[in-house]
Amino acid sequence: MSRWHRVHLVLTYAFLYLPILVLMILSFNKAGLPTAWGGFSVEWYGKLFANPKIQQAAFNSGVVALVSTVIATALGTLLALGVERSRPSAAREALLFTPMIIPDIVLAIALLSFFRLLKFSLGLHSIIMAHVVFNIAFVTAVVRARLKGFDWALTEVSRDLGAGPVATFWHITLPLILPSVIAAALLAFTLSVDEFIIAYFTAGAGQSSTTLPMQIYSMIRFGVTPEINAMATIIMGVAFVALFAAQRLNKGQVPGM
Amino acid sequence: MTEADRKSYLLMAPGLLWLVCLMVVPCLLIFGLMFFERGTYGGIDWSIVTFENVARAFDPLYATILWDSLRIASLATIMALLIGYPAAYAISKAPEKAQTALLFLAILPFWTNYLIRTYAWIVLLNPAGLVNTALASVGLGPWPLLYNEFAVVLGLTYNYTPFVILAIFAALQRLDPSYAEASRDLGATAMTTFWRITLPLTAPGVAAGAVFVFVLSIGNFITPDLLGGGKLQMAGNLIYDQFLTARDWPFGATLSAILIGVMLVLLFIQALFSRRALGEQS
Repeated sequence: MSRWHRVHLVLTYAFLYLPILVLMILSFNKAGLPTAWGGFSVEWYGKLFANPKIQQAAFNSGVVALVSTVIATALGTLLALGVERSRPSAAREALLFTPMIIPDIVLAIALLSFFRLLKFSLGLHSIIMAHVVFNIAFVTAVVRARLKGFDWALTEVSRDLGAGPVATFWHITLPLILPSVIAAALLAFTLSVDEFIIAYFTAGAGQSSTTLPMQIYSMIRFGVTPEINAMATIIMGVAFVALFAAQRLNKGQVPGM
Repeated sequence: MTEADRKSYLLMAPGLLWLVCLMVVPCLLIFGLMFFERGTYGGIDWSIVTFENVARAFDPLYATILWDSLRIASLATIMALLIGYPAAYAISKAPEKAQTALLFLAILPFWTNYLIRTYAWIVLLNPAGLVNTALASVGLGPWPLLYNEFAVVLGLTYNYTPFVILAIFAALQRLDPSYAEASRDLGATAMTTFWRITLPLTAPGVAAGAVFVFVLSIGNFITPDLLGGGKLQMAGNLIYDQFLTARDWPFGATLSAILIGVMLVLLFIQALFSRRALGEQS
């Protein structure tokens, strides 16, 4: 690494992290304004937690993320096991790749039209169904990376010794791939908690199905408030911890994850 | 189909079925909706098949928005490449131990909340924000940094640069270092080696990153809305309006289909690029 490489990296990381860091610092600013430091305070956090709309939205986001993560992790792990054991298929690869690259707005309106035409009711359940779509793709990708070096002889031995396929999965395969399954679940949970566009379109009307990002969006449109800074700090903090844990579990097997 | 094949399909079935029912079918539906008319009270009038929507998308009124989106998306793509390529290059030159950590730090913001990352720039750029306060303290400004095209391009660049770093780093890693070494041994300068060897061979990574930034920028409606102050419309905003405000689904579907079409064409070009580069390498 030359000196220029170092300088460019420092500048790039400053560009990526300074804006977030500023938010975090301001969330503890008693003055609440970005221009003046009025002393350290956690009063904005108190206001945030006392806000019933935010409580409801946080609860909704938790439900959506939890349920969609459980479904996507189960289906995605099975999918990864199947894909790694069968012959390659270009169509299947395309199907698994598309949810990761399709613009959110396209998937959002496609699902909205689909649900409406079927006269399907909208709410938290429709957001969950939509979030499973992209989460399956990410879970499959993470688990597949782990399975690349998997020694299938282990499962064969288990079968030869008389264990059924289900017992083999629970006692041999799953324990071996568990770190990547947990990493995939953490990633899926983070993606779901943070996802806004698809949730916004598939939520239907009313506060009962408003998720945290939807709540943030409506707050941001009204302008800069110290409560948003506090909320941003919490959300970013939780995401950083979850993603850091996922990365440790995965030992860098998936690039960038 | 062998027994093993049947079993693996059984494992894949639930997940694939989910994707087909809730992604493939709804997306095909969008292509279908293009050819119908808006019903009197919203919804769709199935009785008339028409090409009206497609023609309307190229009406000067909408063509301007499409043109604005193309310009803004291109600028954001160029900016993200200019920041991302050298960063990926520097990471690839770092000691192997540091690489994982550096790459993870680069991509980390990308996995986090998009709204918050965008909101951070409102805090920084607004007239009473940190940047203008800093400028004022040295007797400059205030500059109109927010609610204009500059802010939108900056926001898009900021949000998508991590992905560009990842895509280009992956390409740099696949690159056999002996090519660059051979070039240096034969007397080429570092600069020549970069332009003639490294850059062309990592073009697939550049293309992958560029397509991604470009398509997500065109389809974006949050950044133009929050950082453009609603004065600036991009294709994403137009689609948003058709579905949630104007309730003209067929026209919204047409615009989305165009967006998907642009994406597919770009991905196809990128695939050609990467095939050519791989062919040259082997």
